[in-house]
Amino acid sequence: MECVFGMVGKGFALVVADSSAVNSILVHKSNEDKIMVLDSHKLMGASGEAGDRAQFTEYVQKNVALYHYRNNIPLTTKAAANFMRGELATALRKNPYMVNIMLAGYDEETGPSLYFIDYIATLHKVEKAAFGYGSYFALSMMDRHYHPNMTIDEAIKLADQCIEEIRSRLVVAPQNFIIKIVDQDGAREHSWRRTTKD
Amino acid sequence: MARYDRAITVFSPDGHLFQVEYALEAVRKGNAAVGVRGTDNIVLGVEKKSTVKLQDSRSVRKIVSLDDHIALACAGLKADARVLINRARIECQSHRLTVEDPVTVEYITRYIAGLQQKYTQSGGVRPFGLSTLIVGFDPYTGVPSLYLTDPSGTFSAWKANATGRNSNSMREYLEKNYKETSGQETIKLAIRALLEVVESGGKNIEVAVMTKDGLKQLDEAEIDAIVAEIEAEKAAAEAAKKAPAAKET
Repeated sequence: MECVFGMVGKGFALVVADSSAVNSILVHKSNEDKIMVLDSHKLMGASGEAGDRAQFTEYVQKNVALYHYRNNIPLTTKAAANFMRGELATALRKNPYMVNIMLAGYDEETGPSLYFIDYIATLHKVEKAAFGYGSYFALSMMDRHYHPNMTIDEAIKLADQCIEEIRSRLVVAPQNFIIKIVDQDGAREHSWRRTTKD
Repeated sequence: MARYDRAITVFSPDGHLFQVEYALEAVRKGNAAVGVRGTDNIVLGVEKKSTVKLQDSRSVRKIVSLDDHIALACAGLKADARVLINRARIECQSHRLTVEDPVTVEYITRYIAGLQQKYTQSGGVRPFGLSTLIVGFDPYTGVPSLYLTDPSGTFSAWKANATGRNSNSMREYLEKNYKETSGQETIKLAIRALLEVVESGGKNIEVAVMTKDGLKQLDEAEIDAIVAEIEAEKAAAEAAKKAPAAKET
């Protein structure tokens, strides 16, 4: 029932994720932040097995930091995406990580970008993407309303439309959503969409 | 039989570890490095040999970051330094990964010193030929620290210390002139100590300041400005010394 989706706009990239932590029929908490700030200009929205999610995303974050200290220059979004894909691919035939990643980043030279990374190490550079049951609704909504070079307000409006669709049509819809944005000023939290307080 | 003590790190009959002592010699031949702890910052200064005209100086950073809040300067074999710094950086991230907290300055110093010690007690390896000055702010208490490690693997905390070429002169100067300082005063004290043994000028010294907000490398212009201030102060002190003497005669 986890939903993560993202899109690229004019000079920024957006990642939206639900914030429910669920175990069978019990909701542990509904303010779980699943969008990790990988470094100053990268966001990583992750869905899947909670343990694998924490393990994999933290591992990637520390390795990205190490690269920065060693080489005095941060990894590009493309490089980080390929690194993640490589790690997932190596683990796939032994001990797979059940994590789906939406990587959004802003690079000086190439601007904003979004990468779709599957738990079986699929890597796609995309303008818009979504994971989970919510993807059936979010992707359809984005197919209809998305256009390149949207402003932040247009993108947030579209994100809200997707969230609205997920809330009304998904049988076990997540209660709260978190929206994070990355642009030339860095990666940061944008806002929450709550129906319950935790 | 005594000749064999020199090749690997085993005890000599009179209780010396010759390889470690020779490593300390290598350190004594390395460039001068000084560290001074202030109340709100720690300053690292390193001598830069200016004989290499064609070298791209940006590729030779002698004061490096290990993490956001830890920096290191060293004297001795630079290639050994690269290996040690790499291991320390990995350890900083590994610590963050396993316990979700940044390392303390003492922890990473203990780690580096432990690594240096390991190579004095293994077969077929030689000790690391460098001493390191490690500075940083404790992430929990905000207290600034300065540590020194050496090839034998010992480490301790200092208010100010120096290593490398002519470290004894620098240490003597610091022992005579050290007092609790902060901000610009600490930077001046470090540079003054370094200028005791290094040719004056911004292109012969590399200086970096660690504050609560991170490491700042001073550029040549800034260093030149501070050096000019120091020279002016020295000249004024000299003049003041001569003036009362003249009055007496």
